Amino acid sequence: MEIEGVDLVNSAAYLGAGIAMGLGAIGPGVGEGMVGAKACEAIGRNPQEAALLTRTMLVGQAVSESTGIYSLVIALLLLFVV
Amino acid sequence: MDIDLQLLMKVAAYLGGGLAIGFGAIGAAIGEGHIAAQANRALSENPKISGDIVKTMLVGQAVAESAAIFALVIAVLLLFLQVPTPTLLKAAALVGAGLSMGLGALGSGIGSGMPAAGACRGIAKQPELMGRMTVTMLLGAAVCQTPAILSMVVALMLMFINFGDAEVLKAAWLLSAGLCMGLGAIGSGVGSGMPAGEACSGMVRQPDLTGRLTATMLVGSAVCQTPAILSMVVALMLMFVQFGDITPLKAMALFGAGLCMGLGAIGSGMGSGHPAGEACKGMSRQPNVTGQLTANMLVGSAVTQTPAIFAMVVALMLMFINFGDLPFNPTWAAFLGAALSTGLGAIGSGYGCGLAAGASCEGIARHPRNVTSVTTIMLVGQAVAQTPVIFGLLISFVLMFKVFPETALLSPAMALLSAGLCMGFGAIGSGLGNGMTAEGGVRWVARQVSYATLLMRIMLVGQAVSQSTAIYAMVISLVLIFVI
Repeated sequence: MEIEGVDLVNSAAYLGAGIAMGLGAIGPGVGEGMVGAKACEAIGRNPQEAALLTRTMLVGQAVSESTGIYSLVIALLLLFVV
Repeated sequence: MDIDLQLLMKVAAYLGGGLAIGFGAIGAAIGEGHIAAQANRALSENPKISGDIVKTMLVGQAVAESAAIFALVIAVLLLFLQVPTPTLLKAAALVGAGLSMGLGALGSGIGSGMPAAGACRGIAKQPELMGRMTVTMLLGAAVCQTPAILSMVVALMLMFINFGDAEVLKAAWLLSAGLCMGLGAIGSGVGSGMPAGEACSGMVRQPDLTGRLTATMLVGSAVCQTPAILSMVVALMLMFVQFGDITPLKAMALFGAGLCMGLGAIGSGMGSGHPAGEACKGMSRQPNVTGQLTANMLVGSAVTQTPAIFAMVVALMLMFINFGDLPFNPTWAAFLGAALSTGLGAIGSGYGCGLAAGASCEGIARHPRNVTSVTTIMLVGQAVAQTPVIFGLLISFVLMFKVFPETALLSPAMALLSAGLCMGFGAIGSGLGNGMTAEGGVRWVARQVSYATLLMRIMLVGQAVSQSTAIYAMVISLVLIFVI
């Protein structure tokens, strides 16, 4: 198998995209799960504030999502732009 | 290529020996440190019986040490092994033996620290229970050693069975057999420590319940062994089944099979320790709900095994489906990607399901009347936590069954391998996160059952958001497979 310049660069870009998105997805997944767990606990303790707590949970999760979106952007850049 | 086989034998044996004791020493050291830490805490609580506590600590540490001693024995055997007929196959088998023993001892070492740590704390609180507690501790720690012993058996087989020299390609799956057993033993070793530790702690609260606690501990840790046993089955198949005509492509599929099963067993093994541990703890709080707790523990840990079983399904498919004469490049990468996608993906979902199951046992012990609502939300939470591994399974199936056109280029192969890596890693976080959210939901439904609907809704919303990154990973995987 002859490996040439363009092929090697493409290979690295594809591998890089997969690794970026794959590893990058771990953090937000775990982080958002923690937020969800604590939101359940907080609503369990104080059900009257459910609306406020749900809103806060979603805001917190959205922020935690951002690194996942960074990974997605980099993966898409590697696949389609670079 | 001209290889001096005698020299290669030495290289493989030394590498295997290093892997065996290098990995194998990690677990025992952590486990023993945990015991010593708890022993010190126990001493500060009850300095008058320092002799008993130190004795228990040393006995516990000796048992935890045994995992590392197995690894040491295999390492020394590998260093001085004389191979009558050196072959490439044997070289791969020796490295595989080292991986099997080393990785396999990791979990058992960590796990068998937990019962002794629980016993040291317990003796400080109830010194007169020392005899009974030592028995339970030793039983629990012995069960924790099982995965290390299975790994040692596989390692010895790899070292001393003569695999002949017919098929050089077989090297790939002998190595994989070792990897499968080693990785597969990690989770079970850690998981089976949890019930043993909680059983010792529970005896302090309810000394009269010793028999029932020990029985539950043994049932719970037996269930924790399942993933290690599935891994052993796959490892033995890889060693002994005749797979017919072997092409380089088939060799890659078989290598992937071992990798998939080994990785896929980690999460389920560790996860199923949680329900078993919480069931033991709960029994000591509410001795009158023993039956419900055992039932819930078994249902919860059965669901927790699902990801390991998915991994086994993919491993068996890679082993036994006849892929005919598909082109080697890029199909080899598709098979490896398929193995990684489900194997890695099973880690998060397996552990996550275990967290939810543990919370349900804890909740039932606190509020036995809420058992129906708790079991319902546990099953819903676990089902959602399975989603990431199901994404992984889906990508595996696509990678196995889509026909990829032959190419001389490297990049199409890398795209397929990358698709598997992306989905596999991407599923870990969401699986864990979904499990954590489910744990919170289950725990609080048990405490506030009148708000069960509200809590279920918030749990599902939280899980859905935490799912999003696994979906991104799936999108990138699908782009890598179908668009690029």
